[in-house]
Amino acid sequence: MFALVANQKVVIDWPCFWVVLGGSFLPRGVYTVLLFKMQFMLLFSRQGKLRLQKWYVPLSDKEKKKITRELVQTVLARKPKMCSFLEWRDLKIVYKRYASLYFCCAIEDQDNELITLEIIHRYVELLDKYFGSVCELDIIFNFEKAYFILDEFLLGGEAQETSKKNVLKAIEQADLLQEDAKEAETPRSVLEEIGLT
Amino acid sequence: MTVTFLPLQEMIRAIRSARTQCEERGVIQRECAAIRAQFRQADNGGRSHNLAKLLYVHMLGYPAHFGQMECVRMIASPRYSEKRVGYLGAMMLLDEKQDASLLITNSIKNDLSNSNQYIQSLALCTLACMGSAEMCRDLAPEIDRLLRASNSYIKKKAALCAVHIVRKVHDLGELFTKAARSLLTEKNHGVVHGAVVLITELCERNSETLERFRKTVPDLVQIMKGLVISGYSPDHDVAGISDPFLQVRILRLLRILGRNNEAASDAMNDLLAQVATNTDSTKTVGNAVLYETVLTVLDIKSESGLRVLAVNILGRFLLNNDRNIRYIAMTSLQKIVGTDHNAVQRHRGTIVDCLKDQDASVKRRALELSLALVSASNIRSMMKELLSFLSSCPPELRSQTASGIFNAAERYAPSQRWHIDTILHVLTTAGGDVRDETVPNLIQLITNTSELHCYTVHKLYRALLSDISQQPLVQVACWCIGEYGDLLLTGECQETEPVQVTEDYVLDVLETVLQSHMSSPSTRGFALTATMKLSTRITENVDRIRSIVSIYGSCIDVELQQRAVEYNALFKKYDHMRAAVLERMPVIEKNSQGHTNGETIKESQTVKVKPGEPQQPANQVQANAAFYTVFSIVATVTVYEKDGVTVTLSCEKQSDSGLTVTLTASNSTESDIRGFTLQAAVPKSVQLHMKAPSGDSLPARGTAKLVFTFADMSEVYETKVSPVTS
Repeated sequence: MFALVANQKVVIDWPCFWVVLGGSFLPRGVYTVLLFKMQFMLLFSRQGKLRLQKWYVPLSDKEKKKITRELVQTVLARKPKMCSFLEWRDLKIVYKRYASLYFCCAIEDQDNELITLEIIHRYVELLDKYFGSVCELDIIFNFEKAYFILDEFLLGGEAQETSKKNVLKAIEQADLLQEDAKEAETPRSVLEEIGLT
Repeated sequence: MTVTFLPLQEMIRAIRSARTQCEERGVIQRECAAIRAQFRQADNGGRSHNLAKLLYVHMLGYPAHFGQMECVRMIASPRYSEKRVGYLGAMMLLDEKQDASLLITNSIKNDLSNSNQYIQSLALCTLACMGSAEMCRDLAPEIDRLLRASNSYIKKKAALCAVHIVRKVHDLGELFTKAARSLLTEKNHGVVHGAVVLITELCERNSETLERFRKTVPDLVQIMKGLVISGYSPDHDVAGISDPFLQVRILRLLRILGRNNEAASDAMNDLLAQVATNTDSTKTVGNAVLYETVLTVLDIKSESGLRVLAVNILGRFLLNNDRNIRYIAMTSLQKIVGTDHNAVQRHRGTIVDCLKDQDASVKRRALELSLALVSASNIRSMMKELLSFLSSCPPELRSQTASGIFNAAERYAPSQRWHIDTILHVLTTAGGDVRDETVPNLIQLITNTSELHCYTVHKLYRALLSDISQQPLVQVACWCIGEYGDLLLTGECQETEPVQVTEDYVLDVLETVLQSHMSSPSTRGFALTATMKLSTRITENVDRIRSIVSIYGSCIDVELQQRAVEYNALFKKYDHMRAAVLERMPVIEKNSQGHTNGETIKESQTVKVKPGEPQQPANQVQANAAFYTVFSIVATVTVYEKDGVTVTLSCEKQSDSGLTVTLTASNSTESDIRGFTLQAAVPKSVQLHMKAPSGDSLPARGTAKLVFTFADMSEVYETKVSPVTS
């Protein structure tokens, strides 16, 4: 009977204060849910043109546009020597400029900003390896490949593969698969079939 | 059949070479028309190109919703190239809010069981990116299956997909617990990483799961040790650190498992010390791991030696050349300034130096930390720094700085004169950014410091002579001159250089304020009243006052007009009462905060008291009273009454930033209750400091009560303390 009383949970519907009876005593008394999640990643040029956008939270097109506009403005207004981190709304923004492109990630409150910088750097390295000395034009004209690479590196906003080599190998294989599939599909003319062209 | 559309890259080139926005729109409209036409046609082998074009157009900001159904069709196609673009399109054009997203559930289901792992991968990626709760519920069993029986390539993706599912539908966490546990033993880094992320998510959502996973602490410690000590592993190495991403994740999981648990914290103590000492801190990646280590050490029940190590690492970060590192050091120090105050105090000098940094984010952090470090012993030197910061700080930080300075001054002022000087300094530098209650608070402070009336009125008079644009300052100055103007005219002052003024000069100043276009209506009200008050304190120029007052009797501003008319009446009909009415104000008593705050809060946020419980005091708890109004009174509410145990809650507002909540538990049953404990949770914007309870057993028949006291050490700024008032 005592156990029942001691373990019962009572939640008071107060605006900002919950009390739970039972369980072990916490002298420090602080229990917060830690949130780590990347909400979105944006790539944009120094003129503010969007080159890639990956959203990991459900938002309407209108909201996405608004966020993009505001954030691009905010980041472009930063001076060169400033900190790579800024607080924006209730998110932390981690950004870094590589040549003419800004790579910008929005992470949640408890996330580690420094490791996010490493994630951005890893993505840039992957692009670089894939395209061979990548530049903004590569990402413009092959944007779908940039997305495919990102999707092999991050899944649902989290890093899925920590080895550069493995990510690149997977992309290579997928590309080959795509090529093979295309080969199989292209109708060859009769002359081609018998080897006269 | 002639091809009427441009290949993807040609289209991109055409769009980029458009010289005007109008031209670009023209190109895009033509292309979209062609794309739409192609969509309508039967399969023609160029579908993936078409969709890719549409996605490019979408990224430029043009509408692309007509491609949604094409995405659905492409996903269902057997060709890999089409699936790939189809899924990409789904992630870009479809989100869980669109109805069309449900249509791909079946395709995803089929593709999850495809024999080709790259096709499975597409499905997993899409589900993890935009899967709605419904889709997650449908497909969770599939994901669980993949977690158990597939290759590493798929397992690692399935793990992260499971993370997304758990975030969307918390209950499904139970489904993945067993699989997650076994994944920890795998060799593949990607899989272990995914497993750790999944376990972290499961533990965060469910405390029972957390208990169960505590047993994995030794395994995690082993894995971590392997990474830290192991030799060079080229696949996962980043600047000499072996798989920093995995290290950070493991540290994070250890943090969650070690929180509030002695045994778990002990088990990881040595490892954390090792990581903290051995990690190379010359590159960012090493610092990222160190940072995560510090966060873990500070959050678990670590022994004091380890804590000191962690704070020292933060201290080293503060001196780092890299601005980013300094910034995060301050962020972390802010979190522990309440609990490890002395340790943070040691770095006060560096922190104060950061106030002068170029970067606004760094400045903000330094400001918050500096304000938290103000204490009775360093108040004078800190205030000097803060005041000089106030004069040069960016505009968005001024009001926060001003509030902080006021709070600090109120708490630790070494003398009344210093306090008044400080407030006046703030009002002269940043008068426009102070809160409304500053004026009445300052007036009250001045009234209560009777020995400094002369000094104060002299200072304010001089301030008024130089600048009448800062409204709060002008208001206080007018009020003072009205009250203590006679002290100005004596030409004597002990504390400061007296002014040699005549009554006319003083009245001139007040009239300037009255007539200035810079004065707000309430300021003019202050000035008029002050002028009137002087009529009993001066001797020669009463007629001048009379004429000023009668002029304003026809002022357009209704408030001024009313005042002037009433003062006129005082002169004419009630002259015999004038002296009594306008005599010096008595000492004002500080009334409770609540009566000055009139902010309304939404219905849903009012305090819900159980029906039938006495609302005490009922007449003061109004539906639209501000948060502090309710809690400034000692209201006792019974919050739990069952099986003979009664718990009541009472709140007391201690200070601007603190609230003490006392929970009293009593036992009316026949037998003792032992092991009675308490847990509390608060949102992130509030800090909670829980004191030890008076005991942990409730003796029978309510003969003794158990008291738990919480002191809510909220952050200093009211704007952040309660979501209700902002």
